[in-house]
Amino acid sequence: MTNIKEPKKYEVIGTRPLRPDGTDKVTGRAIYGGDFEMTGLIHGKILRSPHPHARIKSINYDKALELEGVIAVVTADDLPVNPDGNISIGYSRGNILAKDKVLYVGHAIAGVAAIDPHIAEEALDLIEVDYELLSAVMNVEEAMDSSSEIIHENSFMKEFGEMTVTNNNIDEHFQHKMGNIDKGFENADLIVEGKYSTVMVHQGYIEPQAATALWRTDGSLTVWNSTQGSFPDRDELSNILDIPISKIKVVPLEIGGGFGGKIPIYQEPVAALLSKKAGNPVKIIMSRKEVFESTGPTPGGYTWVKIGVKNDGKITAMQSELAFEAGAYPGSPVGMGSLCVFAAYKCDNQLVDGYDVIVNKPKTAAYRAPGSPNAAFGTEQVIDEISQKLGIDPIDFRMMNAISEGDRRVDGPKFPVNGLKQVLESMKNSPQYQKKLKGSNKGRGIAVGYWFNVGLQSSCSITVNTDGTVNLIEGSTDIGGSRASIAMQAAETLQIPYDSVNPSIVDTNTVGYTAVTGGSRTTFSTGYAAHLAAEDVRDQMIKRASEMWGVPNDSVVYSKGQFSSDADPELSMSFKELASQLENTGGSIAGKGSINPKKVGGSFAGSICDLEIDPDTGKSTILDFTAIQDAGKAIHPSYVEGQMQGGSAQGIGWALNEEYFYDQNGIMNNSSLLDYRMPTSLDLPDINTIIVEVPDPTHPYGVRGVGEANIVPPIPAIANAMKRASGKRFYNLPMNPPAVISKLNQDL
Amino acid sequence: MAKVFIPALLHTFTKNVSEIDVEGNNVRTVINNLDMEFPGIKLKLVEGHRIKPSISVAVDGNITPMGLLEEVGEQSEVHFLPAISGG
Repeated sequence: MTNIKEPKKYEVIGTRPLRPDGTDKVTGRAIYGGDFEMTGLIHGKILRSPHPHARIKSINYDKALELEGVIAVVTADDLPVNPDGNISIGYSRGNILAKDKVLYVGHAIAGVAAIDPHIAEEALDLIEVDYELLSAVMNVEEAMDSSSEIIHENSFMKEFGEMTVTNNNIDEHFQHKMGNIDKGFENADLIVEGKYSTVMVHQGYIEPQAATALWRTDGSLTVWNSTQGSFPDRDELSNILDIPISKIKVVPLEIGGGFGGKIPIYQEPVAALLSKKAGNPVKIIMSRKEVFESTGPTPGGYTWVKIGVKNDGKITAMQSELAFEAGAYPGSPVGMGSLCVFAAYKCDNQLVDGYDVIVNKPKTAAYRAPGSPNAAFGTEQVIDEISQKLGIDPIDFRMMNAISEGDRRVDGPKFPVNGLKQVLESMKNSPQYQKKLKGSNKGRGIAVGYWFNVGLQSSCSITVNTDGTVNLIEGSTDIGGSRASIAMQAAETLQIPYDSVNPSIVDTNTVGYTAVTGGSRTTFSTGYAAHLAAEDVRDQMIKRASEMWGVPNDSVVYSKGQFSSDADPELSMSFKELASQLENTGGSIAGKGSINPKKVGGSFAGSICDLEIDPDTGKSTILDFTAIQDAGKAIHPSYVEGQMQGGSAQGIGWALNEEYFYDQNGIMNNSSLLDYRMPTSLDLPDINTIIVEVPDPTHPYGVRGVGEANIVPPIPAIANAMKRASGKRFYNLPMNPPAVISKLNQDL
Repeated sequence: MAKVFIPALLHTFTKNVSEIDVEGNNVRTVINNLDMEFPGIKLKLVEGHRIKPSISVAVDGNITPMGLLEEVGEQSEVHFLPAISGG
């Protein structure tokens, strides 16, 4: 069910055309990272640590090199030296190939290139690594304990980017405060608090990381890979391998999902170093086990939340402490979690502390609204508890306290125009919420969530063909239908049919800098760049028409696909007609658009979940689910709905099933898709969608990115539904059958 | 004058001053003038000729990619925030 309010009428935007890449993808013709082939290609494999924490005493790969078919072996010794001791570069290189210590199971130690992948794999067994085992630190509570093993001995806690003298596993402490938190709690009639824990989960993209690298004898490097951002990859390769950016070309191939996990690079520098030694192009494809153990999942950790309210429902104070696992190197999304934890609520007295905590697990990476789901799992349950205790409908309670334009976030800036209240209204009026849920062991939960959305740089160019079609060149890899959504914005601006725009995604030598496909930015920023390129084309076409007609430039107008002149009503020409005359009137026309937006609007989302718990098995079955999200303006409603359904499906999996299941030795016991147990279509209900449109005034078409906020509310909505179905509050993820049975048996 | 909001973790540095009006027509001059009020604070915000990579600067609520070059108006609000990214 979709309900779209149309604030403005467009010709192309808001329609649902086929995506240009669809046929190739469903027929298998599309070239993904693993499909790439070239002459002389050899294959790489990576030796990885079996220990969560150990010192490397020695590495001997002589026997591996002697194996027939092995061409090259590389270790951290083949990476450039870091004479300045730059910590950031040291960490980046350390995660590519471990030098002195391994910091998690799966940490890369050595790469082998051979004539086929089987020989390369066989050679890994011939590499001898002598370890001194160290005790592992596997969760934030343990890591923050002063008696724990320090993972990075020479690292000190930072506060606002500054080193403190505290030497522990906390890499960074964030704090935001507003008003007087003590006074806020003193004024409260009711205070509810709780500590809510989440566990490490993976993005679960279907295509494993795959990359081919060719290091030519002239010192140039070309990489073909599955990536969310070819330009950031180029920057990272330059840093890690210490070669000039101009010597590196990254060619993005089709990508089978990323969700943030394909923003960092992993095996690309190893393949490059192997290629440098071997003189051949080297391809490395990760196994699913490597994807789980050696790439960047999203962290576990805890979110403690305390909220005070008056009896009339007004929130007087909100306090939170968040501690998230960074993994083996700094950089958990706790900074973002700290900003999202109370984003939906207006409150004058707030205090938030966040801790980025090093543990012996893979370095975490972004995953859809990174940090916000972990935070919302706490906040939205406390909010639910309060609304139950006060006897106020949970949507009404949220509406009473919802932020509006001009209200301050906990870190200070004021919220711009946003759609939170419209999302809440749509939730209240939705067919699911209007319907009564009856029966024992059934419950309905709701929750809301927020994500900032980012802008960042994007570039596009458009060339006009003589038949009136155009070629659109862009640098954003297409994960969720962005070829279509960007082409649609170009078509709208040029006032030509969608089918007349042919989008291509090109390498880093062929278009201007374009940041990652992530942060819910692509349809916003790259769409904006396409709009600017289209405006450039339109303006050049107007100039050409004025020259052809011999009339002043400012007398020519372009409307409904027709050029005309106020100077002479007889003068009129379609876009196609003018395009056909470019060659003889000055040559072809190409437009350019580049942007680094200064303003970006965020997105609020909501979830409504009806579920039933089987008290005998602990299994939770979702009976009905509605996802609601502010899209600003839905360029292609089907792909907006797809994002909302995808984010909801991932949230449902995160809530009910998924976890990195570690044994006491720090070994992940479920590093296969069979055992990790992401939900399949058989586990999921139809996910209803309601697109809310509160246009972002900073974008020419009002777009708000929709790739992330939708994963935030499903998890607490499910937890709130389980509370209402079972009478039990769930403080830990996942809420799987053993956890449910354990909870139900607590009072027996 | 622009209103500069001091990040919570720098309040000890500013003797609990959380907001201050500062002259300046761009972020660079605002920080230079802020440094005259609280000597040394510039070093906590700026690295070379740019805002530190771990920090974002927001002018009137919008995190700006222009950093020190962003224009600041008479009634502007300036915030220094942790840098954010997405997935």
